[in-house]
Order: sequence, then C-alpha cells, then structure tokens
Amino acid sequence: MSVLRTEHVTMRFGGVTAVDDLNLHVEKGEIVAVIGPNGAGKTTAFNQITGVYTPTEGKIFLEPVNSSQEVDITGMRPDKIVSMGIARTFQNIRLFSKQTVLDNVLIAQHLHVKSTLPGAIFYWPNYCKEEKAMREKAMHLLERVGLADNCGDLATSLPYGLQRRLEIARALATNPKLLLLDEPAAGMNPTETLELTHFVREIRDEFQLTILLIEHHMQIIMDISDRIYVLEFGKTIADGVPAEIQNNQRVIDAYLGVVEDA
Amino acid sequence: MSGFNGRSYPGLVGMLDGRKRRNLALSIVAVIVITVFLYMAQNGFILDAYGVRILRLCAVYSICALSLNLIQGYTGQFSLGSAGFMALGAYVTSILSMTDANREAVYYLKPMAPWLMKIHLDYGIALILGGVLAGLVALLIGIPVLRLKGDYLSIATLGFSEIIRIVLNNAQSISNGATGLKNIDPTANIWWCFCALVLVLLFMTRLFHSSYGRAFLAIRDDEVAAEAMGISIFKHKMMAFVASAVIAGIGGGLMASVLGAVTPVLFRHMMSYDILLIMVLGGTGTMTGALLGGFIYIIAKEALRFMDSGFAIGFIQVPAIAGLRMVMFSVLLMIVVLFYHKGLSGGKEFSWDRLFGFPKKIAARFSKKSEKAGAGK
Ligand SMILES: Nc1ncnc2c1ncn2[C@@H]1O[C@H](COP(=O)(O)OP(=O)(O)OP(=O)(O)O)[C@@H](O)[C@H]1O
Ligand SMILES: [Mg+2]
Repeated sequence: MSVLRTEHVTMRFGGVTAVDDLNLHVEKGEIVAVIGPNGAGKTTAFNQITGVYTPTEGKIFLEPVNSSQEVDITGMRPDKIVSMGIARTFQNIRLFSKQTVLDNVLIAQHLHVKSTLPGAIFYWPNYCKEEKAMREKAMHLLERVGLADNCGDLATSLPYGLQRRLEIARALATNPKLLLLDEPAAGMNPTETLELTHFVREIRDEFQLTILLIEHHMQIIMDISDRIYVLEFGKTIADGVPAEIQNNQRVIDAYLGVVEDA
Repeated sequence: MSGFNGRSYPGLVGMLDGRKRRNLALSIVAVIVITVFLYMAQNGFILDAYGVRILRLCAVYSICALSLNLIQGYTGQFSLGSAGFMALGAYVTSILSMTDANREAVYYLKPMAPWLMKIHLDYGIALILGGVLAGLVALLIGIPVLRLKGDYLSIATLGFSEIIRIVLNNAQSISNGATGLKNIDPTANIWWCFCALVLVLLFMTRLFHSSYGRAFLAIRDDEVAAEAMGISIFKHKMMAFVASAVIAGIGGGLMASVLGAVTPVLFRHMMSYDILLIMVLGGTGTMTGALLGGFIYIIAKEALRFMDSGFAIGFIQVPAIAGLRMVMFSVLLMIVVLFYHKGLSGGKEFSWDRLFGFPKKIAARFSKKSEKAGAGK
C-alpha cells in the first residue's frame, strides 16, 4: 500500500487554481520528484499534504508511522500530521534564527517528549533521561549531516548550503516516515548539489524513509528519483520514470526546453 | 554540556576552569552581599520604612515584568493583560487573608458576602491561591484569545483586563467596589518579595533550559516552522500564557501587601503599560532586563519626585508644576530607548565575563572615536 496518496486534491485561492486535481501516490522506500515551472503549484501541494492549507477539494491519505492502515489526513493540523510521520523542509529556509544549531534539532524532538512541564522544570529523572537521549540523537544527526562542529553556532550564521542541511537534520529529528524536501539544492554550488544527491539516497536507506521532493536541478532529478510528476499551472501533465519524462514531448515543451534555454 | 561542543581547546581548559572558578566565587560573594544588604534593610539598619517599601516594590515590579517577558519576550505573544491578572492576584490574596476586624472596618458600605466571611487563610496560602486563580482565568480566556495574533491579541487581552477591573468596581460585597481594600495583610516584607523574585527567576531559568522552553522560543522565532516540527502551537501558547498569569497574580498579591491598600483604579491599563515599559526598558526577552528595568524604573520614578514640588537649579527657581516629573521621566526613557534599542541589558543575560568585558568595550569605543577625530584633522 502507498505511504502517501492524494485523490483529486485541488487548491483554489480566489480565482487562481494553484493545484488542480492532483492524484499522486508514493510507495514505501521510493524517491519521487515533483517538477514544474515556477508557480506550477508544487509548494502549494506540499502545504496541503503537511496541513498548512486544507484542500478546497479532494482527500489525502497517509500510512502513519508504526501502522499499515491508511488514514485520511485531509485538513488535519500540521503538528498532528508531523506526529503521524510527515516531516518537511522549506523552500525559503525557515530555521529558528535566534537558536543554536543544536537547539534547532532539539526543538524538532519536542513532540516526542513524554514528561510534563513540571517534570521538565524539577529535573524529574524521567525528564533527565529524555533530555539526555534527545541531545545524543541531535548530536548523532548533526554528525550525520556534517554539522557537529557547528552545534553551538547560531543557526543563521551558517552558510546557505549548511542551513539547508540543518533543515534536513531538523526534519529527521521528528522521526518521519515520509520526508518532503522543497528544493533542497536551491542556492547550492555544483559540488554541494552532487553531495546532496548522494546524501538524500543515504538517508533514505539509513532511516528507512520514503522521500517526495521538489527540485529544479534536472541532473538531481534524473539521478535519484524513481518516479516523477510534472505539474504545469496546477495540472499534472505527465508522470512516470525518468526516462519516460525525459522523452515526453509535452514536458519538453512545457518545462525541460525552458530549463535548457536558461 | 561542554562535552557536546564538538571542538575542544586542550590548551585553554586550565584557563577556562580558572575563570569559571572566579565566576563561581564572585557569584557566592554577590549572593552573600545581597543577602546581608537585604537583612540590614529589613531590620532598619540602612533604609527607612520608605526605602524598604521602594525596595520591595522594585522586586514586585520585576516579578511582573518577568511574567510579561515569559509570554511576550520569550513566546512572542503580544499580551497586554498584566494589570488584569495582577488585580486578580491582589484582590484574592488581600480578601482571603484579611482579619475579621479589618473586614468589618473595610466593608462599611456593604458587608462582605457571608460565604466569603467564613474563609480565612494565611497570607502565603492566599498568595498562592491568587496566582492559581489568575492562572485559571487565563486558561478560560486563553481559549478564544490565543487563537488571535499580534494586534488582535493585545486588544483582546487589554479588553479582558478592563473587564476584570469593572467587575471589581461593581462586586461590592466581594471586592468592596470603587473604594477598594485597605488594611491589607502586611506580611510581604523584603524576604517574601525577594524570595518570590528568586523563585520566579529559578523557574524561568529552568523552563528555558528545558524542552518546553525551547518550544516557546521556537514559536516566537517562527510559528509556521514550529508547527511544521510538530509543536502544538495552541497548547504551548496556552502553557506560557497560564504560567505568565500565575506569576502576574503572585506579583499582584505581593504588591497589595506592600502597598497596604488597593483600588480598581490602580489596575487600569496604565499598569499594563508600566509593566510593558519596564520590560522594554530593561530589554525584552531577557531576565536581566526585567530586573534592571524593575529596579531602575521604580527608583527613578521616586528619585524624580522632587520635580513636582518645585526646585532650584543654581539661581533659577523652577516652580511647582504637577506632572513635570512624568515629563522628565518620559524624556529619560526616550533617551534610553534611542541609544539602547535592545534595552539596558543589550538583549543579553548578565554574566561576570560580560561585566568585566564592559570597560574594555567602552575603552574600545572611545579609542575609535579619538582615531576618527585624529583622522579629521
Ligand atoms: N497563500 C496563497 N494565496 C494566494 N495565492 C497563492 C498562495 N500560495 C500560492 N499561491 C499561488 O499559487 C500558485 C502556485 O504557487 P506555488 O508556490 O505552489 O508554486 P511553485 O510550483 O512552488 O513555484 P516555485 O517553483 O516558484 O516555488 C502561484 O500562482 C501562487 O501565486
Ligand atoms: Mg515552490
């Protein structure tokens, strides 16, 4: 069964239909890409899946963590959806700017804290154990993304490429089953982009993730995705494996051609 | 914690340790000096009754500024309801701890409600109940109000605060109406006020070193991102709001005892603005700021009192102008805000290292200036 499935999902903002009848599915362990020109509705689709927007029409189904039963998550609150196993990064990096690198990753583990507020304040043993485990996990994740040395720095003092990595570490800290990456390579140089490609595959295997990503770098997409959905003006104009997409005339006209010109 | 700091400086360890030891020693000395000072003040060795009262008020206003800081400085919710929660705390504490004789003397227009007459509590227990009630009320009004953002939240909390005041103004048999309360239990001496202050400081320090405090800070920094990390925004705003109200309620209960008398007028919106001012003056989002603000604000307000009764500068005789004090006070505030827009604390918590670094910083600033002046020639 699919980890994520959308049925006729549509989003209208006044007269604009940002997402029009989106029907996608993501299977366990897959890396699926969503591509399309600017304003195609990619981010809007992510915002619907993560609960930032409630779809005007349609339904979204998720197979939550530790479960094989599909659940309707349409219109659920974002924090609820995170606890069911979807984590995300943002196209315009949204780190907690006044917090350290370490705190950013710790904050993302707060949803799993079982101790109560008094427990946390009075150093009850259970809380101390939780805090210790959280710090260990955070440091492990930071090491994994190569940021362990920066753990005490202010998040926004990092260079752009590292901020994107931190966003991924922070998303992983919520223990997701499905990871949504919104243009993870935006603003990265070619070397960083190549590293990221490997990195995405590695974390998929290491954390048994399913990944849905938006990207503009054709090289990354063709490299790592198992399947691709192509959006244009909110409509899905094509879907399939990379080879199919590459040779799809409509996609070439609408999108790939433009990129090659640019 | 230093173990988590991936880097290590083997050569520096000894030095750092030395500095840590120095700081610890300084802290111990500071605590002793302050305790001795408070002891002498409480027993009338250094301050008269008036001075002691000002000192207690400094602590009480700092507590209230800390309470506002918790919801506004740390959680980013622009609440203007301080006066309302303080009023609740003040009235609950005063009413429950008042003796029968005083109750008869105070409630002379209309006697106190019989069910209330039956309740007599120690000041300390009444104080805690005042905080608890303020917290419960915060829980109730938080349900609709905390869904609002920014300006709307401040207007709604301001409105709520007025409602509390109007209720107190009219519930004659409970609050004694517009006449207010007097002969309030004077238990809250220096020890009470400063112990409460220390407890609130400890509470907040622990809170912001815990996962819950981090969640509050995350909401302040970026609500959308916090929610996308699984933090329930409403639940955590509510926790911060209730905790802040409990602290404000306790602040109010202490204030009533220090002042000896309260009326609903004391808790007009001006009180909320005063607290806001103290927080901003000291530095929003820092505990050091709330302390600096509370002490400087109250002391400056008293120190400038002479201005209202006419005074002389050299040969110039300034006549008595009512309100001149507040004009002068506002000018001083504007100067502070202009030059220190992060407040007197500079947006950072106090530390001995920062204190010792301060003269160097000033010196650096002056040497830069003189360099510039030299270059100009
Ligand atoms: N909150 C909103 N209110 C109104 N219109 C919106 C809103 N969010 C998105 N839109 C509109 O929806 C359309 C799709 O936007 P979206 O951000 O999803 O595009 P995108 O595919 O992510 O583009 P990009 O590649 O530039 O990130 C755009 O026309 C945008 O203006
Ligand atoms: Mg986008």
